[in-house]
Amino acid sequence: MDLSMLWYLVPSVIMLACGIYGFVTRKNLIAILISLELMLNSADLNFVVFNRYLFPGSMEGMAFSLFAIAIAAAETAIAIAIIINIYRAIGNTDITEIKKLKF
Amino acid sequence: MDITLPILILAIPITMFLILGIGGVKMSKKMAGVLGILGLGTTAVLAYIVALTYYFSGDPLFIVDGVRQQYQVFDVTWLAFTQSLVVNIGFLLDPISALMLIVITTISFMVHLYSWGYMEGEQGFQRYYAFLSLFTFSMLGLVVATNIFQMYIFWELVGVSSYLLIGFYYKLPSAVSASKKAFIVTRFADLGFLIGILILSYYTDTFNFVDMTSNPDGVLLSTGGATFMGASVLTWAMVLIFTGGMGKSAMMPLHIWLPDAMEGPTPVSALIHAATMVVAGVYLVARMFPVYCTVDAAMTFICVVGAITAFYAAVVACAQIDIKRILAFSTISQIAFMMVSLGVAYDKPIEGVHYSGLGYMAGMFHLFTHAMFKALLFLGAGALIHAVHSNNYTAMGGLRKYMPITHITFLFGCLAIAGIWPFSGFFSKDEMLAAMFARHWFWGAWMTMVAGLTAFYMFRMYFLVFWWKENPHYKEHKPHDAPWQMSLPLIILAIVSLCAGWIPFGEFVTWNGEPYHIHIELSVAVTSICIAVCAIALAGVMYAKENPLPAKVKSFWPTLWEAAHRRFYWDEIYMFITHKIIFGIICKSIAWFDRHVIDATMDGFAKITQKTSYAIRGMQSGEIQAYVAWYIAGAVVLAAITWLCLI
Amino acid sequence: MFENILIWFVVIPVIMMAGLGLCRNSNMNAIRAVMVVCSTALLGLSVWLCCDFLRLRGMGVDDEMLFTGSWMWYEPLNIHLAVGVDGISVLMLLLSSVIVFAGTFASWKISPLPKNFFLWFALLSTGVFGFFISIDIFTMFMFYEVALIPMYLLIGVWGTGRKEYSAMKLTLMLMGGSAFLMLGLLGIFWHSAPAGGQLTWNILEISHNASIAPEWQYMLFCFTFVGFGVLGAMFPFHTWSPDGHACAPTAVSMLHAGVLMKLGGYGCFRIAIFLLPQAANELAWIFIILTGVSIVYGAFSACVQTDLKYINAYSSVSHCGMVLFAILMLNTTAMTGAILQMLSHGLMTALFFALIGMIYGRTHTRDIRQMGGLMKIMPYLGVCYMIAGFASLGLPGLSGFVAEMTIFFGSFQDADLFHRIFVIAATCSIVITAVYILRVVGKLLLGPVQDEHHLALTDAAWFERFSTVTLILCIAGIGCFPNWINETIQHSFAPIIAAVQSAAL
Repeated sequence: MDLSMLWYLVPSVIMLACGIYGFVTRKNLIAILISLELMLNSADLNFVVFNRYLFPGSMEGMAFSLFAIAIAAAETAIAIAIIINIYRAIGNTDITEIKKLKF
Repeated sequence: MDITLPILILAIPITMFLILGIGGVKMSKKMAGVLGILGLGTTAVLAYIVALTYYFSGDPLFIVDGVRQQYQVFDVTWLAFTQSLVVNIGFLLDPISALMLIVITTISFMVHLYSWGYMEGEQGFQRYYAFLSLFTFSMLGLVVATNIFQMYIFWELVGVSSYLLIGFYYKLPSAVSASKKAFIVTRFADLGFLIGILILSYYTDTFNFVDMTSNPDGVLLSTGGATFMGASVLTWAMVLIFTGGMGKSAMMPLHIWLPDAMEGPTPVSALIHAATMVVAGVYLVARMFPVYCTVDAAMTFICVVGAITAFYAAVVACAQIDIKRILAFSTISQIAFMMVSLGVAYDKPIEGVHYSGLGYMAGMFHLFTHAMFKALLFLGAGALIHAVHSNNYTAMGGLRKYMPITHITFLFGCLAIAGIWPFSGFFSKDEMLAAMFARHWFWGAWMTMVAGLTAFYMFRMYFLVFWWKENPHYKEHKPHDAPWQMSLPLIILAIVSLCAGWIPFGEFVTWNGEPYHIHIELSVAVTSICIAVCAIALAGVMYAKENPLPAKVKSFWPTLWEAAHRRFYWDEIYMFITHKIIFGIICKSIAWFDRHVIDATMDGFAKITQKTSYAIRGMQSGEIQAYVAWYIAGAVVLAAITWLCLI
Repeated sequence: MFENILIWFVVIPVIMMAGLGLCRNSNMNAIRAVMVVCSTALLGLSVWLCCDFLRLRGMGVDDEMLFTGSWMWYEPLNIHLAVGVDGISVLMLLLSSVIVFAGTFASWKISPLPKNFFLWFALLSTGVFGFFISIDIFTMFMFYEVALIPMYLLIGVWGTGRKEYSAMKLTLMLMGGSAFLMLGLLGIFWHSAPAGGQLTWNILEISHNASIAPEWQYMLFCFTFVGFGVLGAMFPFHTWSPDGHACAPTAVSMLHAGVLMKLGGYGCFRIAIFLLPQAANELAWIFIILTGVSIVYGAFSACVQTDLKYINAYSSVSHCGMVLFAILMLNTTAMTGAILQMLSHGLMTALFFALIGMIYGRTHTRDIRQMGGLMKIMPYLGVCYMIAGFASLGLPGLSGFVAEMTIFFGSFQDADLFHRIFVIAATCSIVITAVYILRVVGKLLLGPVQDEHHLALTDAAWFERFSTVTLILCIAGIGCFPNWINETIQHSFAPIIAAVQSAAL
């Protein structure tokens, strides 16, 4: 079966929307991080799809996706480290509790 | 003429001021006194040499064909405003400046000597001598000024020295406020003087006296007939310049500072507020006399101001208790006499040559004699105050037995001011009255009446102080004559007051330098002597022995007495204007406006900025989720707009 | 570059800062040594400059600016570090160095953080000196800003009373002025050459090109005059002055009133009038009204103040108003008067603020109602205060008289009624000045002692005497021998007057 590009892009948009929604509404840092990952992955997906469908001869999209996934992994590691530190400091990971850096 | 002496005349007093002012703290009183007296003595000798050389040497610089010349000994540039308008500092010798050199140094020397006794034991003795030197310097600089701006410079310096000396007892609030008042009132008058100089110099393009007075018609022409508010600008200029003179010479309505100035030490009153500084206004008019002659309105103004002031001051003097105040008002009245005398003089013969410029000579003559006898009276009053420690005649009475020297000298002074032959006041007053009658009978009659009043109030004081009844306090504290330093000046001045009238004054000082032969105008002389004698007799009847007559007279018209005693409420009017209106309304409201309108506007800008930033700072919440929400919303809106635009 | 004497006016303060940087806060003597050495060097340098300048003029060198030099700083905008002085700048440099010198001694015992205080003080001096030597309006503006900013910290940290508020107010108002000024200067730059010519910031070149169109001149004149006028305390932009001065520490008040306010007058004169002569001719009347109001208004306001520094700040409004007023009369005599008034006001206000600082340091109050009879307790300071007061009310023999008289006589040369009325209103200020000065002298120094705690106070220490004597000698020097100043600056007005007159035709 030959899937058109839309079949990939629609889930990607849904993932992005879920990511944004989660990012804006969730109070738990871990959940926010997950939402961020969702958005990132939707972008990666787009890269791959556009590369595959529009420029079949080249591999830049694929390479960038891999690159982004690696960066995202590192970024997640840092984020988790920060979250753990915050948890140690204040006992939970609720962003409404972390206002000491404001103003 | 060699310029060394004139320079020294100015340099010695100012050097003395600096020495005593800066080094005085480290100096003993005796040292300071001796230095001050020596310095001034030297100045006096030099001034006499210069003045007598001027009068008697016959040098063609000074006198040509019997006409005395104006001679500028030196005249150096001090400040150049423009190419032509240049302020010089110089030394002008002419009949009146030579006369003033003599008057100032004589009186100043007497006062220096007298103060050695009078001020003994006062704190700040050194400072006192320093200020006296400063005053003498300023006054000498004023009279020898070659140009009107130099005169203005020294005019201001004289004002400051007067301020410092009136406020000598600076711990007394009354002295402080009197000195302040004197300075501000005269400063206000000087404002008129300054504006007058501005106008005059703008048109004539010179400050120099000789240039202006030698060619008064040129001055008139230079204004080119310009007018302002109906009067020619020259009239404005001359009247405004005269305003400066009104301030220093305490003419109405700027007289209010002089009675208060009596808060200063008495010798200072004798020097500054009787003999020298207060005649600066007369001197100014005399200096500019040829120019004044071209402006009839200004001359009339001078006459009117002088006549009103003379009468007012004489009336007020009749109702004072403080002897120094009586003398102060008498000074005002006598100076007004000189003013009227100048005002009635004219430079062109109207009905024959005879009287032209007589008033000028007479006014200057009276300036000279008045300086001597008024200084005498003040120094005498100082001796009285020194003896009874009060300024009021109520603390005195019957002093003739206790203080014979003071009594005799004071009597000489009173006779001189009353114009009794053969005292000096008689001669000068006679000439003045003759000049006034020659101009118009009204001026003569009016001023004769004032002369009568003068005799009355002077003898009222004389009798109340030396006769009336003995004050009971004398038993505890017996008054006695002053020490020699104080008595000697009294005796010298008494002799001068007795003899000065015989000086052929017209030979030395006339408006145009030509000699004038004084002769007594018999009808005027007899009238004025009769009136003076009557007034003295009246004073004798009322005050020679203790009797209820004065009290009766007083109760006959109490409001008048009260009004005269309170100087016709001039001080209250001034207080109202300055404190209530200027301070209370103008200054306060301006200060309020500044804080609450202008500054509030400026603060308002800051407040608006602050309020706005507070209002929008909630958006900068630091919550990344909110930022994302805004970001997405913005992106959607932009996308929508783009999309709409593209379609 | 360093062979030019003028550069050293900026280099020495920089050396001063470097020297201070090496000192420690606790080592007061080292800090004082650096300050005294450098400020004496500056004073010596400016005296030397003045003599050299007079020598050159005496030799008949009649260039507009002497000791000129120009070094490219930023090519794309043609910005140079261009220096040069005429008689006016020479006198201003002399004034500034005298006040920096006196200010050093007046803040002999500053605390806390003396090093930091003097660092900012030196930076401020750099700005002031740099401003007076520049003839490139961009660097001039830069130095102007350098002089303004340290004020914020100097008042905010070392001030008294509502210091944060005042520091903020002063800085913001002056910055507001700078904003106008920047607009004006940029406008001048963009029109500085005829179409297609090389744009320039150099004052001499701009005036030589004379290429600014009249309709632009009007706008730029208003911008520059208001911009500098704010610093010159022109009504109604003067309100930073009372609050700012009241809270500033002694030396800062001295430097600010003594020198910084002169930047305003100097700038109006050098940029607004000189570069925009046509607008100056036609719009002067607006500013004559404003400055005329300043003169009388400041004097009246001073009459009812009770804080010594407020009285002085308002009197500065009045006196600085006189400077701008005289400049606007656009004739040589009045402008000479304006320069004299700048010098005179600089010196006597510095003296005033120094004395107020010294009195405040002893009595811990500046309210005249709580003091009295200080003459008896501290005669030296009392006499100095009186001298400063007499200078302020225009006593002959002191500098104020000469300046005011030159202004009045110069201003009176404009023969129309409008000018006459304002000149006469301005002359009235001499009476009002006398009123408020004598009021203060009477309440503060004379009369009975108000507070018996004051009886235990001491008179001036040696460094205070040194500071005041320096200033008094300068005041008396100008007051007694004014004509050498006239001779120093007489060449400087010719180009300005020529520009104004040719524009009037």
